[in-house]
This record gives sequence, structure tokens and C-alpha cells, in this order.
Amino acid sequence: MTSAATSAPAGPTVPAGQIIERGLWSDAWRRLLRNRASMVALVWIVLVALLAVAGPNFSPHPFDELDWDHMGVPPQMEAAHWLGTDRLGRDLFVRTLYGVRISLQIGLLATLVSLLIGVAWGATAGYVGGRIDNWMMRFVDVLYALPYIFIVIILSTLFERGNIFVLFFAIGAVGWLTMARIVRGQALSLKRREFIEAAIASGVSTPAILVRHIVPNLIGPVIIYVTLTIPQMILFESFLSFLGLGVQEPLASLGSLINEGAQEMESAVWMLLVPATFLVTLLMSFNFLGDGLRDALDPRDA
Amino acid sequence: MLRYALQRISGVIPTLFVIITASFFVIRLAPGGPFDEEQTLPPEIKANLEAAYGLDQPLLVQYGRYMRGLLAGDFGPSFKFKDFSVTELIAQGLPISLTIGLAAVFVAVLIGVPLGALAALRRNSASDYGIMGFAVLGIALPSFVIGPLFALIFGLYLGVLPVAGYETGQPKYLILPVVTLALPVIAYIARLTRGSLLEVLRSNFVRTARAKGLSPLRVLFRHALRPALLPVVSYLGPATAFVVTGSLVIESVFGLPGTGRYLVQGAINRDYTLVMGMIVVYGAITLLSNLIADLLYGWLDPRVRYD
Repeated sequence: MTSAATSAPAGPTVPAGQIIERGLWSDAWRRLLRNRASMVALVWIVLVALLAVAGPNFSPHPFDELDWDHMGVPPQMEAAHWLGTDRLGRDLFVRTLYGVRISLQIGLLATLVSLLIGVAWGATAGYVGGRIDNWMMRFVDVLYALPYIFIVIILSTLFERGNIFVLFFAIGAVGWLTMARIVRGQALSLKRREFIEAAIASGVSTPAILVRHIVPNLIGPVIIYVTLTIPQMILFESFLSFLGLGVQEPLASLGSLINEGAQEMESAVWMLLVPATFLVTLLMSFNFLGDGLRDALDPRDA
Repeated sequence: MLRYALQRISGVIPTLFVIITASFFVIRLAPGGPFDEEQTLPPEIKANLEAAYGLDQPLLVQYGRYMRGLLAGDFGPSFKFKDFSVTELIAQGLPISLTIGLAAVFVAVLIGVPLGALAALRRNSASDYGIMGFAVLGIALPSFVIGPLFALIFGLYLGVLPVAGYETGQPKYLILPVVTLALPVIAYIARLTRGSLLEVLRSNFVRTARAKGLSPLRVLFRHALRPALLPVVSYLGPATAFVVTGSLVIESVFGLPGTGRYLVQGAINRDYTLVMGMIVVYGAITLLSNLIADLLYGWLDPRVRYD
């Protein structure tokens, strides 16, 4: 990877100021457009999101309706159960799309929370440095020592089951650890740069330097990590719902649908395959998009 | 080296202490208690129950008692599995969980490293793309999707392996769980090995070794592989943690009587002592595996200095 860095053309590898920054973004966008896997992923994410928002309106069945005449039927057109029904006759098309809604909402919400905390924490620790940095990062290390899912399970005992948004606010609040580490590393290297020195010399206060000079220069790595955090959060939600700690009946999430499907797979494979397909393609799309963004925004590694 | 090792080992204990203390108080903050869900007990009986388990005492007293018990190896009684102590429950399930966890890590290294090395040696070939495509799949597919699918294919359609369940001394019940658990780790190790081996193969000492006329295999095994495996070694700590948490799902998918389900059931039932016991045991396993990985790394990499 190091040799690629030296042979790269002398272009805007690092944004030195406002003028080059715009070039960096349009450059990155062009590189992303050329990445076929990322574009397919992006299109798929947008499609699934639109489908999740609008799709249930096209179906005559509400998500919790019990269709006594069509219990556990495979995908079919006649009764408008396009993706089949579960054991109670609930329409799988509508339920899966509701699950996708919840997954996307929670993925975005938890990521946003972890983004805000992670950037604030990491930028402060990295830029201020010294003993404060030491303590802040020691705290992160201790939380790191516990598997993340443990913290989530402990937190899930804290809240009334079913109140999933509060829970995911909490998960996002613990999920900022990696973000804080990445941001701190970036802030450490930014700190030594001339434009920061210039800001200090002209008497800008530390909080103002953080907000105006450090944070804007962190956007690249942060965006990359955000696209990789969203699928992680979606995965955690499904994981918890699969274990029965997340979304509660009659609401459905992809995880709880997969759990039901796994129990019924001997006689009703579609109950497993439908939600699993949506979950897997969404996760892979976000991962591909994240990889593509990494290549686009950080051409040194490409 | 010895001083560094001792320093690291002594660092584990305070961390574990912080984890135990923090989780103890956080869990107790939760609304509701272990005796809530049984059809509304009369208040006197509930009070008696709580007194019997010491739940009526101030939190700090309970904490002191719990920590004293822990030092003596006593995790306390389970609130929901009546007649069982948490120590007994863990002693029953842990051997199975540890077996599948360690087997998964072992299998992952055994398969992941050769796959990654092959991809690096045949860079940009069909096998490289194949292996890396598999790696993307392995990392992105959650185990609670792979597990049921494997059970479906190998258990139901092909009928070669049992779908679920466990009998002592019958390793065939453990094959699917171990493979499912190992898959993402194989994928990750293959990616790590490929990346670092590519970098090592470009370095000067490998060129020198080649220039001396050593055979490619000798260059690989004598010179390149050892430094290339360092990132894999440092990944072993997180990998063990990953496998340990993965066992929560795997055991419920394949109906194995391990300890994973206790954490989840304990959390649902607000079985304080059971959840705490699981956190202590799994936290210790995680810390220990990170410690071993770090020490192994220091031992393998002569560039690491401890001053």
C-alpha cells in the first residue's frame, strides 16, 4: 500500500484549503460513479428504501391482519399475498417491508447518535491531548474490552421491552467507540499542520478551532465509517430481535421474521428466505457502498 | 518481555473489576425485578422472596456480598432456574460453548490463512477473486441467517448432518455450529492474510531471498509468512470475542445446551445473578484472549520493544 502512495500523481491527496476541497469532492463523486459494485449497491438501497416507504400501500393487507383463509401459503398472486403468509396468515410482503422500515430507521438513528458522540469525543481527545486524551481513551478501552453485544444486552434490560427507539438511542450511544478512535487518530495528525498553527497564532479559541478547522477536515474518514456503521447497527437490531430482545409482536423486524422463518423452515421455506434476502442484500449493499466510498475518498489505498 | 507480560496481566484485573462493578449497578437500575412476571404474587410473598435472596438490602450491601461471593467462586443462586446456582448452570454449559468456540477459531486459522495466502500469491487471478468474493459474503452474512440455511441444506435437503440438538460424545452435532461460527472469521482472516502477505512480498528482504535463488515455497514459508501473520495474531483476540458472542445465536439456532442462551434468558427474565455470572465469565474470557493474543504478538514480532 505504501508504494501506491508514492506513485500516485501529485494531486489533491490531502485537502489543504477551501479551493481544493471542492475538487476533492467532485473527484470523489466521479470515482464513485465509476465503481460499478457501489452504484448497484446505492441503487438497491434507494429502491428498497422507496419500497419500504410506499410498498405496503399497494398491498390490500395491513401488517397485522390475520387472513384465516390463507395461513402459511407460499408466494401467490390470487389473494395478493405476493411473498406468501406466515403461520397466522399475516402477509409476508407487508411485514417484511415494515421490518425494512424499522431496520433502516434504527440503522440511521443509532448511527447518527454514535456519529455525534464519536466525533465530539475523538476530536476533543485528539486535539486537546495530554492527560485528558489519556483518560478519555482509557475509558474507550475499558468499554472496548467488553464485547459490544454484551453492553447492548445489558442496556436492553434497562428499558421497557418494545421501546425500541430508546434502546437504539442507547446502542448508538455505546457504538461511538470505533468512531472516536478513528477521529482521534485523524485529529492527532491534523493538530500539527500549519493551518491549525496559524489559527492558534491568530488567537482562535480551542472550541472554535475544533468546530471550524478540525471537524470539517475529518469528514472523509467519517463518511466512510458512517456507511459501514449503518449495516452494523441494522445487524445489531436484527440480532437482538432474533433473540427476542428487540422489536415485539405484532410489529416485525427483519431479525424477528428470520427467527420465525427459521422455526418454520421445514414446511415454509419462504418465511426464512424472504426476510433473509432483504437483510443480506441490504447489509451487502451498505458494505459495498462503504468500500466504494473508501476508494473514492481515499485514493491512496485504492 | 517478562515485565511487560506481568504488567499486562495485572492490568486485566482492574478492567474486569470495573466491568463487573459497572454492570452490577447498571443492571440493578433497570425497572422491574425477577419476581414480576409470575402471576402477580401477593406482596407479602414477594417481600419474603426478595428477603430470601437479599434483594431487600441496600444496593451497596448487595454489591459487597456479591463481590465476596465472587472471590470465593460463588456466583449466587439463579432466580429463575430454581434449585440451581449460577455456578452450576455455567459449569454445565461452558464446556460445550468453549468447545465450539475454540474449535471455530482453530478451524478459522487453519482454513483462513491458506486461503488468504493463495489469494495473495495468485493476485488478480480467478482464485483470488473467488476467495475475496467469498470473504465479502462471509463477513456480510450474519450467522443467524447462515445457521438456519446450513441446517436447511445439510440437515433437511441433504440429510447428512443433524439439524439441531446435542448428544454427548457425538461430534456430528457440533459440525454445523462450528462451521457457521467459523465462517466470518475465516473470511476475515483470509482478507487479513492476503493484505499483509502482499505487502511483505513487496519488501526488500523477500526480494533478497528470491535473488539468492531460494525456491518460491521456501521464500514463502521461511521468510514471508511469519511477518505476514502478525496482523492475524493480533486479530485472534477480537476473533475470540466475536466467536464467544456468536455462540449466543449459534446455540439458539442449533439447540445446543451451552451457556449462550443464559445471557439472553437472564436478560429477559431479569435474572440478575445469571446475567452477572455470564458477564463475569465471558468478560474474563474476552480479556484473557486479548491478553494471550497481545503476548503472542510480542513474542512473535522482534520489533516490539517493551520499555
